[in-house]
Amino acid sequence: MTSSTTPALAIEHLRRSFGGLPATDDISISVAAGERRLIIGPNGAGKTTLFNQITGDIRSDSGMISLFGEDVTRLRPDQRAHRGIARTYQIITLFGRDTLEHNIVLALLGLSRARWSMVRGLAPRSDFRDRARDVLAQVGLRELAERTVAEVSYGDRRRLEIAMALAQAPRLLLLDEPLAGLSREERATVQQVIASIPRAVTLVMIEHDMDIALELADSVTLLHYGRVIVQGSRAEVVADPRTQEVYLGH
Amino acid sequence: MSRTAWLAGGLLALFALPLVAGEFYLNLASQMLIAALFASSLNLLVGYAGLTSLGHASFLGAAAYLSAWLSLHLGLAHWASAPIALAGTVLTAAVFGWIALRATGLGFLMLTLALSQVLWGLAYRWVGVTDGDNGLRGLTRPEPLGVAIESADRFYWFALLVCLLAIGLIALFVRSPFGAALRGTRDQPRRMGALGFDVWLIRWLTFVIAGFWAGVAGLLFIWYHKYVHPSALSLQASAEVLLAVIAGGSGTLAGPVVGAVMVVFLKNFVSAYVERWNMLLGFVFLAIVLFLPEGLVPGMRRLIRRVKS
Repeated sequence: MTSSTTPALAIEHLRRSFGGLPATDDISISVAAGERRLIIGPNGAGKTTLFNQITGDIRSDSGMISLFGEDVTRLRPDQRAHRGIARTYQIITLFGRDTLEHNIVLALLGLSRARWSMVRGLAPRSDFRDRARDVLAQVGLRELAERTVAEVSYGDRRRLEIAMALAQAPRLLLLDEPLAGLSREERATVQQVIASIPRAVTLVMIEHDMDIALELADSVTLLHYGRVIVQGSRAEVVADPRTQEVYLGH
Repeated sequence: MSRTAWLAGGLLALFALPLVAGEFYLNLASQMLIAALFASSLNLLVGYAGLTSLGHASFLGAAAYLSAWLSLHLGLAHWASAPIALAGTVLTAAVFGWIALRATGLGFLMLTLALSQVLWGLAYRWVGVTDGDNGLRGLTRPEPLGVAIESADRFYWFALLVCLLAIGLIALFVRSPFGAALRGTRDQPRRMGALGFDVWLIRWLTFVIAGFWAGVAGLLFIWYHKYVHPSALSLQASAEVLLAVIAGGSGTLAGPVVGAVMVVFLKNFVSAYVERWNMLLGFVFLAIVLFLPEGLVPGMRRLIRRVKS
Protein backbone atom coordinates (compact mmCIF):
# COMPACT_ATOMS: atom_id res chain seq x y z
CA MET A 1 0.00 0.00 0.00
CA THR A 2 1.27 3.48 -0.83
CA SER A 3 1.51 5.86 2.10
CA SER A 4 1.91 9.63 1.81
CA THR A 5 5.59 9.29 2.70
CA THR A 6 6.34 6.61 0.11
CA PRO A 7 8.70 8.16 -2.43
CA ALA A 8 7.51 8.39 -6.02
CA LEU A 9 10.86 7.08 -7.15
CA ALA A 10 13.38 5.27 -4.98
CA ILE A 11 16.68 4.13 -6.46
CA GLU A 12 19.07 2.07 -4.38
CA HIS A 13 22.68 1.23 -5.23
CA LEU A 14 22.05 1.18 -8.96
CA ARG A 15 24.90 0.15 -11.21
CA ARG A 16 25.47 -0.37 -14.90
CA SER A 17 28.76 -0.88 -16.68
CA PHE A 18 29.61 -0.95 -20.36
CA GLY A 19 32.72 -2.95 -21.20
CA GLY A 20 33.95 -2.69 -17.63
CA LEU A 21 33.44 1.08 -17.45
CA PRO A 22 30.76 2.07 -14.95
CA ALA A 23 28.18 4.40 -16.49
CA THR A 24 26.21 4.51 -13.26
CA ASP A 25 27.93 3.47 -10.06
CA ASP A 26 26.10 2.85 -6.79
CA ILE A 27 23.46 5.53 -7.37
CA SER A 28 20.85 6.02 -4.68
CA ILE A 29 18.18 8.67 -5.14
CA SER A 30 14.80 9.25 -3.52
CA VAL A 31 12.26 11.56 -5.15
CA ALA A 32 9.13 12.50 -3.20
CA ALA A 33 5.69 12.49 -4.81
CA GLY A 34 5.07 15.76 -6.60
CA GLU A 35 8.71 16.82 -6.35
CA ARG A 36 10.59 18.49 -9.22
CA ARG A 37 14.07 16.99 -9.32
CA LEU A 38 16.82 18.27 -11.57
CA ILE A 39 19.65 15.91 -12.54
CA ILE A 40 22.80 17.69 -13.60
CA GLY A 41 26.32 16.72 -14.43
CA PRO A 42 28.94 17.07 -17.14
CA ASN A 43 28.72 15.05 -20.37
CA GLY A 44 29.27 11.36 -19.68
CA ALA A 45 28.17 11.66 -16.05
CA GLY A 46 25.58 8.88 -16.59
CA LYS A 47 22.43 11.00 -16.58
CA THR A 48 20.78 9.48 -19.65
CA THR A 49 21.93 5.97 -18.69
CA LEU A 50 20.19 6.51 -15.35
CA PHE A 51 16.99 7.53 -17.18
CA ASN A 52 17.26 4.46 -19.40
CA GLN A 53 17.63 2.27 -16.32
CA ILE A 54 14.59 3.88 -14.69
CA THR A 55 12.45 3.29 -17.80
CA GLY A 56 13.84 -0.21 -18.37
CA ASP A 57 15.45 0.57 -21.74
CA ILE A 58 18.71 -0.57 -20.14
CA ARG A 59 18.88 -3.42 -17.65
CA SER A 60 20.77 -2.66 -14.44
CA ASP A 61 23.68 -4.83 -13.33
CA SER A 62 22.57 -4.46 -9.72
CA GLY A 63 20.48 -2.25 -7.47
CA MET A 64 16.79 -1.63 -7.13
CA ILE A 65 14.27 0.80 -8.59
CA SER A 66 10.87 1.24 -7.00
CA LEU A 67 7.97 3.33 -8.16
CA PHE A 68 5.57 4.44 -5.42
CA GLY A 69 6.76 1.53 -3.29
CA GLU A 70 6.55 -1.12 -6.02
CA ASP A 71 9.75 -2.81 -7.13
CA VAL A 72 9.94 -2.33 -10.92
CA THR A 73 13.59 -3.33 -11.38
CA ARG A 74 12.83 -6.44 -13.39
CA LEU A 75 9.93 -5.06 -15.41
CA ARG A 76 10.03 -4.35 -19.14
CA PRO A 77 9.69 -0.73 -20.38
CA ASP A 78 6.04 -1.26 -21.41
CA GLN A 79 5.19 -2.70 -17.99
CA ARG A 80 6.80 0.31 -16.30
CA ALA A 81 4.83 2.63 -18.62
CA HIS A 82 1.64 0.93 -17.42
CA ARG A 83 2.70 1.65 -13.84
CA GLY A 84 2.96 5.36 -14.55
CA ILE A 85 6.41 6.14 -15.95
CA ALA A 86 6.56 8.35 -19.05
CA ARG A 87 9.56 9.96 -20.66
CA THR A 88 10.96 12.18 -23.36
CA TYR A 89 14.24 11.60 -25.17
CA GLN A 90 17.39 13.68 -25.49
CA ILE A 91 17.31 12.92 -29.23
CA ILE A 92 13.72 13.53 -30.32
CA THR A 93 12.01 10.19 -30.98
CA LEU A 94 8.74 10.69 -32.84
CA PHE A 95 6.80 9.10 -35.70
CA GLY A 96 8.01 11.47 -38.39
CA ARG A 97 5.70 10.46 -41.24
CA ASP A 98 2.56 10.68 -39.09
CA THR A 99 0.51 13.65 -37.99
CA LEU A 100 0.90 15.22 -34.57
CA GLU A 101 -2.56 13.91 -33.74
CA HIS A 102 -1.57 10.34 -34.66
CA ASN A 103 1.53 10.59 -32.45
CA ILE A 104 -0.68 11.49 -29.50
CA VAL A 105 -3.23 8.80 -30.43
CA LEU A 106 -0.42 6.22 -30.21
CA ALA A 107 0.48 7.51 -26.76
CA LEU A 108 -3.16 7.20 -25.67
CA LEU A 109 -3.48 3.79 -27.28
CA GLY A 110 -0.42 2.41 -25.48
CA LEU A 111 -2.22 2.34 -22.16
CA SER A 112 -5.63 1.39 -23.55
CA ARG A 113 -6.94 -2.14 -24.01
CA ALA A 114 -8.02 -1.02 -27.48
CA ARG A 115 -4.40 -1.43 -28.59
CA TRP A 116 -5.09 -5.15 -29.06
CA SER A 117 -8.11 -4.58 -31.30
CA MET A 118 -7.39 -6.07 -34.73
CA VAL A 119 -10.65 -5.41 -36.50
CA ARG A 120 -12.22 -2.07 -35.60
CA GLY A 121 -10.64 0.77 -37.60
CA LEU A 122 -8.55 3.33 -35.75
CA ALA A 123 -9.33 6.27 -38.02
CA PRO A 124 -13.08 6.52 -37.19
CA ARG A 125 -12.45 6.44 -33.41
CA SER A 126 -13.40 9.98 -32.46
CA ASP A 127 -12.81 9.28 -28.74
CA PHE A 128 -9.04 8.99 -29.30
CA ARG A 129 -9.03 11.89 -31.76
CA ASP A 130 -10.83 14.23 -29.39
CA ARG A 131 -8.59 13.35 -26.47
CA ALA A 132 -5.50 13.75 -28.67
CA ARG A 133 -6.61 17.26 -29.65
CA ASP A 134 -7.19 18.16 -26.01
CA VAL A 135 -3.65 17.06 -25.15
CA LEU A 136 -2.25 19.02 -28.08
CA ALA A 137 -4.18 22.07 -26.88
CA GLN A 138 -2.49 21.70 -23.48
CA VAL A 139 0.91 22.36 -25.09
CA GLY A 140 -0.36 24.89 -27.64
CA LEU A 141 -0.19 22.59 -30.68
CA ARG A 142 -3.92 22.16 -31.33
CA GLU A 143 -3.75 24.10 -34.62
CA LEU A 144 -1.01 21.83 -35.97
CA ALA A 145 -2.85 18.57 -35.22
CA GLU A 146 -3.11 17.53 -38.85
CA ARG A 147 0.43 18.43 -39.85
CA THR A 148 3.02 15.68 -40.06
CA VAL A 149 5.95 15.80 -37.64
CA ALA A 150 8.28 16.43 -40.57
CA GLU A 151 6.38 19.65 -41.31
CA VAL A 152 6.69 21.30 -37.90
CA SER A 153 9.59 23.13 -36.24
CA TYR A 154 12.11 21.61 -33.84
CA GLY A 155 10.54 23.47 -30.94
CA ASP A 156 7.10 22.11 -31.81
CA ARG A 157 8.57 18.61 -31.88
CA ARG A 158 9.98 19.10 -28.36
CA ARG A 159 6.52 20.16 -27.21
CA LEU A 160 4.98 17.18 -28.99
CA GLU A 161 7.34 14.85 -27.10
CA ILE A 162 6.15 16.34 -23.81
CA ALA A 163 2.54 16.13 -25.00
CA MET A 164 2.96 12.42 -25.77
CA ALA A 165 4.31 11.82 -22.29
CA LEU A 166 1.44 13.84 -20.75
CA ALA A 167 -1.09 11.84 -22.81
CA GLN A 168 0.06 8.79 -20.85
CA ALA A 169 -1.27 10.44 -17.67
CA PRO A 170 2.02 9.66 -15.91
CA ARG A 171 2.72 9.56 -12.20
CA LEU A 172 6.45 9.99 -12.86
CA LEU A 173 7.63 12.04 -15.83
CA LEU A 174 11.25 11.93 -16.98
CA LEU A 175 12.33 14.81 -19.23
CA ASP A 176 15.70 14.34 -20.90
CA GLU A 177 17.05 17.75 -21.91
CA PRO A 178 13.68 19.20 -22.97
CA LEU A 179 15.24 22.56 -23.84
CA ALA A 180 18.15 21.26 -25.93
CA GLY A 181 18.53 22.90 -29.32
CA LEU A 182 15.71 25.41 -28.83
CA SER A 183 15.75 29.13 -29.58
CA ARG A 184 15.18 31.63 -26.74
CA GLU A 185 11.47 31.99 -27.65
CA GLU A 186 11.00 28.24 -27.93
CA ARG A 187 12.69 27.74 -24.56
CA ALA A 188 10.28 30.15 -22.95
CA THR A 189 7.32 28.27 -24.46
CA VAL A 190 8.58 24.84 -23.34
CA GLN A 191 9.41 26.26 -19.89
CA GLN A 192 5.79 27.39 -19.60
CA VAL A 193 4.55 23.95 -20.64
CA ILE A 194 6.74 22.24 -18.02
CA ALA A 195 5.75 24.74 -15.31
CA SER A 196 2.08 24.04 -16.03
CA ILE A 197 2.39 20.28 -15.38
CA PRO A 198 0.29 19.58 -12.27
CA ARG A 199 1.96 18.57 -8.99
CA ALA A 200 0.20 15.23 -9.16
CA VAL A 201 2.95 14.36 -11.62
CA THR A 202 6.42 13.85 -10.15
CA LEU A 203 9.04 15.35 -12.42
CA VAL A 204 12.66 14.32 -12.91
CA MET A 205 14.52 16.39 -15.47
CA ILE A 206 17.96 16.39 -17.04
CA GLU A 207 18.83 19.86 -18.28
CA HIS A 208 21.92 21.95 -18.95
CA ASP A 209 20.20 25.34 -19.15
CA MET A 210 20.67 26.12 -15.46
CA ASP A 211 18.81 29.44 -15.45
CA ILE A 212 15.54 27.86 -16.55
CA ALA A 213 16.10 24.43 -14.97
CA LEU A 214 16.79 25.82 -11.49
CA GLU A 215 13.62 27.88 -11.73
CA LEU A 216 11.63 24.73 -12.35
CA ALA A 217 13.34 22.47 -9.80
CA ASP A 218 12.76 21.93 -6.07
CA SER A 219 15.86 19.84 -5.62
CA VAL A 220 18.99 18.89 -7.53
CA THR A 221 21.20 15.81 -7.89
CA LEU A 222 24.69 16.21 -9.30
CA LEU A 223 26.22 13.18 -11.01
CA HIS A 224 29.88 12.81 -11.93
CA TYR A 225 31.47 9.70 -13.45
CA GLY A 226 28.29 7.79 -12.72
CA ARG A 227 28.17 8.63 -9.00
CA VAL A 228 26.04 11.01 -6.96
CA ILE A 229 28.35 13.80 -5.84
CA VAL A 230 25.92 16.26 -4.29
CA GLN A 231 22.21 16.03 -3.57
CA GLY A 232 19.81 18.47 -1.89
CA SER A 233 17.79 21.63 -2.31
CA ARG A 234 18.53 24.04 -5.16
CA ALA A 235 20.37 26.45 -2.89
CA GLU A 236 22.41 23.74 -1.17
CA VAL A 237 23.59 22.14 -4.38
CA VAL A 238 24.40 25.41 -6.14
CA ALA A 239 26.35 26.63 -3.11
CA ASP A 240 28.30 23.38 -2.73
CA PRO A 241 31.93 23.85 -3.83
CA ARG A 242 31.91 20.40 -5.51
CA THR A 243 29.13 21.61 -7.84
CA GLN A 244 31.25 24.61 -8.76
CA GLU A 245 34.23 22.37 -9.32
CA VAL A 246 32.75 19.61 -11.49
CA TYR A 247 29.89 21.34 -13.22
CA LEU A 248 29.12 25.04 -12.86
CA GLY A 249 32.76 26.03 -13.02
CA HIS A 250 33.02 24.49 -16.50
CA MET B 1 -14.00 8.71 -61.19
CA SER B 2 -14.12 8.05 -57.49
CA ARG B 3 -12.06 5.41 -55.70
CA THR B 4 -15.22 3.42 -54.88
CA ALA B 5 -16.26 3.41 -58.55
CA TRP B 6 -12.79 2.16 -59.53
CA LEU B 7 -12.98 -0.55 -56.90
CA ALA B 8 -16.49 -1.64 -57.97
CA GLY B 9 -15.44 -1.68 -61.62
CA GLY B 10 -12.33 -3.71 -60.81
CA LEU B 11 -14.29 -6.25 -58.79
CA LEU B 12 -16.87 -6.59 -61.56
CA ALA B 13 -14.10 -7.19 -64.10
CA LEU B 14 -12.49 -9.81 -61.84
CA PHE B 15 -15.76 -11.72 -61.38
CA ALA B 16 -16.56 -11.45 -65.11
CA LEU B 17 -13.16 -12.76 -66.22
CA PRO B 18 -14.33 -16.38 -66.77
CA LEU B 19 -16.89 -15.05 -69.27
CA VAL B 20 -14.16 -13.84 -71.60
CA ALA B 21 -10.99 -15.76 -70.72
CA GLY B 22 -10.05 -19.29 -71.72
CA GLU B 23 -8.87 -22.07 -69.43
CA PHE B 24 -5.16 -21.20 -69.70
CA TYR B 25 -5.71 -17.60 -68.64
CA LEU B 26 -8.12 -18.58 -65.87
CA ASN B 27 -5.57 -20.99 -64.44
CA LEU B 28 -2.96 -18.26 -64.69
CA ALA B 29 -5.33 -15.88 -62.90
CA SER B 30 -5.94 -18.46 -60.14
CA GLN B 31 -2.20 -18.77 -59.60
CA MET B 32 -1.95 -14.98 -59.47
CA LEU B 33 -4.64 -14.88 -56.78
CA ILE B 34 -2.83 -17.47 -54.67
CA ALA B 35 0.46 -15.62 -55.09
CA ALA B 36 -1.26 -12.31 -54.23
CA LEU B 37 -2.59 -13.69 -50.95
CA PHE B 38 0.78 -15.26 -50.16
CA ALA B 39 2.57 -11.95 -50.83
CA SER B 40 -0.02 -10.01 -48.80
CA SER B 41 0.65 -12.29 -45.84
CA LEU B 42 4.41 -11.68 -46.07
CA ASN B 43 3.76 -7.95 -46.41
CA LEU B 44 2.44 -7.94 -42.84
CA LEU B 45 5.96 -8.76 -41.73
CA VAL B 46 8.05 -6.93 -44.32
CA GLY B 47 5.92 -3.85 -44.89
CA TYR B 48 4.10 -3.28 -41.62
CA ALA B 49 6.43 -4.82 -39.03
CA GLY B 50 9.72 -3.99 -40.77
CA LEU B 51 10.83 -7.63 -40.43
CA THR B 52 12.28 -9.08 -43.62
CA SER B 53 11.73 -12.83 -43.70
CA LEU B 54 13.46 -15.17 -46.09
CA GLY B 55 11.53 -18.22 -44.94
CA HIS B 56 7.88 -17.41 -45.49
CA ALA B 57 7.37 -20.30 -47.92
CA SER B 58 7.59 -22.56 -44.85
CA PHE B 59 4.00 -21.72 -43.98
CA LEU B 60 2.56 -22.10 -47.46
CA GLY B 61 4.41 -25.41 -47.76
CA ALA B 62 3.48 -26.59 -44.25
CA ALA B 63 -0.24 -26.05 -44.89
CA ALA B 64 -0.01 -27.74 -48.29
CA TYR B 65 1.93 -30.74 -46.99
CA LEU B 66 -0.22 -31.15 -43.87
CA SER B 67 -3.45 -30.99 -45.83
CA ALA B 68 -2.13 -33.42 -48.45
CA TRP B 69 -0.77 -35.86 -45.85
CA LEU B 70 -3.98 -35.82 -43.81
CA SER B 71 -6.01 -36.58 -46.93
CA LEU B 72 -3.70 -39.26 -48.31
CA HIS B 73 -2.60 -41.06 -45.15
CA LEU B 74 -5.52 -40.57 -42.77
CA GLY B 75 -8.20 -40.29 -45.44
CA LEU B 76 -9.61 -37.13 -43.87
CA ALA B 77 -12.17 -35.14 -45.83
CA HIS B 78 -11.32 -31.56 -46.82
CA TRP B 79 -13.59 -30.06 -44.16
CA ALA B 80 -11.45 -31.79 -41.52
CA SER B 81 -8.00 -31.67 -43.10
CA ALA B 82 -8.12 -27.94 -43.94
CA PRO B 83 -8.62 -26.61 -40.38
CA ILE B 84 -6.16 -29.15 -38.94
CA ALA B 85 -3.58 -28.13 -41.56
CA LEU B 86 -4.17 -24.47 -40.74
CA ALA B 87 -3.86 -25.14 -37.00
CA GLY B 88 -0.59 -27.00 -37.63
CA THR B 89 0.69 -24.12 -39.74
CA VAL B 90 -0.21 -21.58 -37.06
CA LEU B 91 1.60 -23.71 -34.47
CA THR B 92 4.66 -23.89 -36.75
CA ALA B 93 4.55 -20.10 -37.19
CA ALA B 94 4.22 -19.65 -33.41
CA VAL B 95 7.36 -21.73 -32.79
CA PHE B 96 9.34 -20.23 -35.69
CA GLY B 97 8.33 -16.71 -34.62
CA TRP B 98 9.35 -17.40 -31.04
CA ILE B 99 12.80 -18.43 -32.26
CA ALA B 100 13.29 -15.89 -35.06
CA LEU B 101 12.14 -12.89 -33.04
CA ARG B 102 15.11 -13.24 -30.75
CA ALA B 103 16.73 -11.06 -33.38
CA THR B 104 15.76 -8.24 -35.73
CA GLY B 105 17.26 -7.07 -39.03
CA LEU B 106 19.80 -9.37 -40.60
CA GLY B 107 19.67 -11.78 -37.66
CA PHE B 108 15.92 -12.22 -38.10
CA LEU B 109 16.37 -12.78 -41.84
CA MET B 110 19.02 -15.44 -41.25
CA LEU B 111 16.95 -17.22 -38.59
CA THR B 112 13.87 -17.37 -40.83
CA LEU B 113 16.06 -18.68 -43.66
CA ALA B 114 17.62 -21.33 -41.39
CA LEU B 115 14.25 -22.48 -40.02
CA SER B 116 12.74 -22.73 -43.48
CA GLN B 117 15.73 -24.77 -44.64
CA VAL B 118 15.08 -27.22 -41.80
CA LEU B 119 11.51 -27.67 -43.02
CA TRP B 120 12.62 -27.90 -46.64
CA GLY B 121 15.20 -30.56 -45.65
CA LEU B 122 12.48 -32.53 -43.86
CA ALA B 123 10.26 -32.40 -46.94
CA TYR B 124 13.12 -33.71 -49.07
CA ARG B 125 14.52 -36.34 -46.71
CA TRP B 126 11.60 -37.62 -44.64
CA VAL B 127 10.57 -39.85 -47.50
CA GLY B 128 8.20 -41.99 -45.39
CA VAL B 129 5.99 -38.97 -44.79
CA THR B 130 6.58 -36.65 -47.73
CA ASP B 131 7.66 -39.13 -50.43
CA GLY B 132 10.76 -36.98 -50.87
CA ASP B 133 11.50 -35.64 -54.31
CA ASN B 134 8.36 -37.28 -55.71
CA GLY B 135 6.11 -35.06 -53.62
CA LEU B 136 2.57 -35.89 -52.52
CA ARG B 137 0.12 -36.44 -55.36
CA GLY B 138 -3.25 -37.94 -56.15
CA LEU B 139 -5.20 -35.25 -54.31
CA THR B 140 -8.63 -33.82 -54.95
CA ARG B 141 -10.26 -30.42 -54.69
CA PRO B 142 -12.89 -29.75 -52.03
CA GLU B 143 -16.55 -29.13 -52.79
CA PRO B 144 -17.41 -26.02 -50.75
CA LEU B 145 -21.16 -26.00 -49.94
CA GLY B 146 -21.54 -28.96 -52.26
CA VAL B 147 -20.27 -27.07 -55.30
CA ALA B 148 -17.53 -28.83 -57.27
CA ILE B 149 -14.59 -26.57 -58.15
CA GLU B 150 -12.80 -28.91 -60.53
CA SER B 151 -13.24 -26.69 -63.57
CA ALA B 152 -10.92 -23.71 -64.16
CA ASP B 153 -13.68 -21.10 -63.96
CA ARG B 154 -15.19 -22.44 -60.72
CA PHE B 155 -11.81 -22.76 -59.04
CA TYR B 156 -11.00 -19.20 -60.13
CA TRP B 157 -14.24 -17.89 -58.58
CA PHE B 158 -13.56 -19.84 -55.41
CA ALA B 159 -9.99 -18.55 -55.16
CA LEU B 160 -11.19 -15.03 -55.92
CA LEU B 161 -13.73 -15.13 -53.09
CA VAL B 162 -11.19 -16.50 -50.61
CA CYS B 163 -8.57 -13.94 -51.64
CA LEU B 164 -10.98 -11.02 -51.49
CA LEU B 165 -12.13 -12.07 -48.04
CA ALA B 166 -8.54 -12.61 -46.84
CA ILE B 167 -7.18 -9.35 -48.27
CA GLY B 168 -10.23 -7.51 -46.92
CA LEU B 169 -9.48 -8.87 -43.43
CA ILE B 170 -5.80 -7.99 -43.84
CA ALA B 171 -6.87 -4.43 -44.77
CA LEU B 172 -9.01 -4.22 -41.62
CA PHE B 173 -6.11 -5.57 -39.58
CA VAL B 174 -3.58 -2.98 -40.78
CA ARG B 175 -6.06 -0.13 -40.24
CA SER B 176 -6.96 -1.30 -36.73
CA PRO B 177 -5.38 0.01 -33.52
CA PHE B 178 -3.20 -3.12 -33.51
CA GLY B 179 -2.09 -2.26 -37.07
CA ALA B 180 -1.17 1.27 -35.96
CA ALA B 181 0.80 -0.20 -33.07
CA LEU B 182 2.53 -2.59 -35.49
CA ARG B 183 3.65 0.28 -37.75
CA GLY B 184 4.85 2.07 -34.63
CA THR B 185 7.05 -0.89 -33.69
CA ARG B 186 8.49 -0.74 -37.21
CA ASP B 187 9.31 2.97 -37.02
CA GLN B 188 10.25 3.54 -33.35
CA PRO B 189 10.35 0.28 -31.37
CA ARG B 190 12.02 1.86 -28.34
CA ARG B 191 9.50 4.67 -28.17
CA MET B 192 6.66 2.16 -28.50
CA GLY B 193 7.94 0.29 -25.45
CA ALA B 194 7.99 3.54 -23.49
CA LEU B 195 4.40 4.19 -24.59
CA GLY B 196 3.25 0.92 -23.08
CA PHE B 197 3.30 -1.40 -26.10
CA ASP B 198 4.79 -4.88 -25.73
CA VAL B 199 6.90 -4.73 -28.89
CA TRP B 200 7.94 -8.40 -28.88
CA LEU B 201 4.37 -9.66 -28.42
CA ILE B 202 3.04 -7.39 -31.19
CA ARG B 203 5.69 -8.73 -33.56
CA TRP B 204 5.13 -12.34 -32.56
CA LEU B 205 1.36 -12.13 -32.99
CA THR B 206 1.90 -10.56 -36.41
CA PHE B 207 4.32 -13.35 -37.32
CA VAL B 208 1.66 -15.92 -36.38
CA ILE B 209 -1.08 -14.07 -38.28
CA ALA B 210 1.17 -13.78 -41.35
CA GLY B 211 1.79 -17.53 -41.04
CA PHE B 212 -1.96 -18.16 -40.88
CA TRP B 213 -2.66 -16.24 -44.12
CA ALA B 214 0.29 -17.96 -45.82
CA GLY B 215 -1.35 -21.20 -44.67
CA VAL B 216 -4.61 -20.19 -46.34
CA ALA B 217 -2.61 -19.52 -49.51
CA GLY B 218 -1.05 -22.96 -49.02
CA LEU B 219 -4.47 -24.62 -48.96
CA LEU B 220 -5.45 -22.84 -52.18
CA PHE B 221 -2.07 -23.93 -53.61
CA ILE B 222 -2.60 -27.61 -52.84
CA TRP B 223 -6.21 -27.54 -54.07
CA TYR B 224 -5.12 -25.85 -57.28
CA HIS B 225 -2.14 -28.08 -58.10
CA LYS B 226 -3.43 -31.24 -56.36
CA TYR B 227 0.25 -31.94 -55.80
CA VAL B 228 3.01 -30.64 -53.55
CA HIS B 229 6.76 -30.91 -53.96
CA PRO B 230 9.56 -29.77 -51.58
CA SER B 231 10.15 -26.80 -53.90
CA ALA B 232 7.01 -25.23 -52.38
CA LEU B 233 9.10 -24.77 -49.20
CA SER B 234 12.31 -23.82 -50.91
CA LEU B 235 14.49 -20.76 -50.54
CA GLN B 236 13.57 -19.84 -54.10
CA ALA B 237 9.87 -19.78 -53.20
CA SER B 238 10.60 -17.57 -50.17
CA ALA B 239 12.83 -15.27 -52.21
CA GLU B 240 10.28 -15.00 -55.03
CA VAL B 241 7.48 -13.90 -52.72
CA LEU B 242 9.82 -11.46 -50.97
CA LEU B 243 10.76 -9.97 -54.34
CA ALA B 244 7.06 -9.69 -55.22
CA VAL B 245 6.42 -7.71 -52.02
CA ILE B 246 9.40 -5.42 -52.49
CA ALA B 247 8.83 -4.92 -56.23
CA GLY B 248 5.14 -4.14 -55.76
CA GLY B 249 5.68 -1.88 -52.77
CA SER B 250 5.86 -3.13 -49.20
CA GLY B 251 3.71 -1.47 -46.57
CA THR B 252 0.85 -0.90 -49.02
CA LEU B 253 -2.12 -3.18 -49.56
CA ALA B 254 -2.02 -3.07 -53.36
CA GLY B 255 1.77 -3.34 -53.75
CA PRO B 256 2.24 -7.05 -52.93
CA VAL B 257 -0.80 -7.94 -55.08
CA VAL B 258 0.69 -6.11 -58.08
CA GLY B 259 4.14 -7.58 -57.38
CA ALA B 260 2.75 -11.12 -57.16
CA VAL B 261 0.74 -10.72 -60.37
CA MET B 262 3.88 -9.52 -62.13
CA VAL B 263 6.02 -12.43 -60.88
CA VAL B 264 3.43 -15.07 -61.86
CA PHE B 265 2.94 -13.42 -65.25
CA LEU B 266 6.68 -13.36 -65.98
CA LYS B 267 7.14 -16.89 -64.68
CA ASN B 268 4.24 -18.55 -66.47
CA PHE B 269 3.41 -16.43 -69.47
CA VAL B 270 6.62 -14.82 -70.60
CA SER B 271 8.53 -18.07 -70.05
CA ALA B 272 6.47 -19.57 -72.89
CA TYR B 273 7.99 -17.05 -75.30
CA VAL B 274 11.33 -16.14 -73.73
CA GLU B 275 13.71 -18.95 -72.97
CA ARG B 276 15.80 -16.99 -70.46
CA TRP B 277 12.84 -15.67 -68.52
CA ASN B 278 14.75 -15.78 -65.23
CA MET B 279 17.15 -13.23 -66.65
CA LEU B 280 14.22 -11.08 -67.74
CA LEU B 281 12.77 -11.31 -64.21
CA GLY B 282 16.13 -10.12 -62.89
CA PHE B 283 16.17 -7.16 -65.27
CA VAL B 284 12.61 -6.18 -64.31
CA PHE B 285 13.51 -6.18 -60.60
CA LEU B 286 16.68 -4.26 -61.33
CA ALA B 287 14.70 -1.60 -63.19
CA ILE B 288 12.16 -1.33 -60.36
CA VAL B 289 14.81 -0.98 -57.69
CA LEU B 290 16.70 1.62 -59.75
CA PHE B 291 13.78 3.74 -60.95
CA LEU B 292 10.99 3.07 -58.45
CA PRO B 293 12.90 2.05 -55.30
CA GLU B 294 9.80 2.28 -53.12
CA GLY B 295 8.08 -0.32 -55.38
CA LEU B 296 5.68 -0.20 -58.29
CA VAL B 297 2.54 0.99 -56.51
CA PRO B 298 4.01 3.76 -54.32
CA GLY B 299 6.39 4.69 -57.17
CA MET B 300 3.58 5.05 -59.71
CA ARG B 301 1.57 7.08 -57.20
CA ARG B 302 4.52 9.42 -56.78
CA LEU B 303 4.94 9.79 -60.55
CA ILE B 304 1.21 10.47 -61.03
CA ARG B 305 1.30 13.11 -58.27
CA ARG B 306 4.29 14.74 -59.94
CA VAL B 307 2.57 14.78 -63.36
CA LYS B 308 -0.59 16.25 -61.84
CA SER B 309 1.30 19.00 -60.04
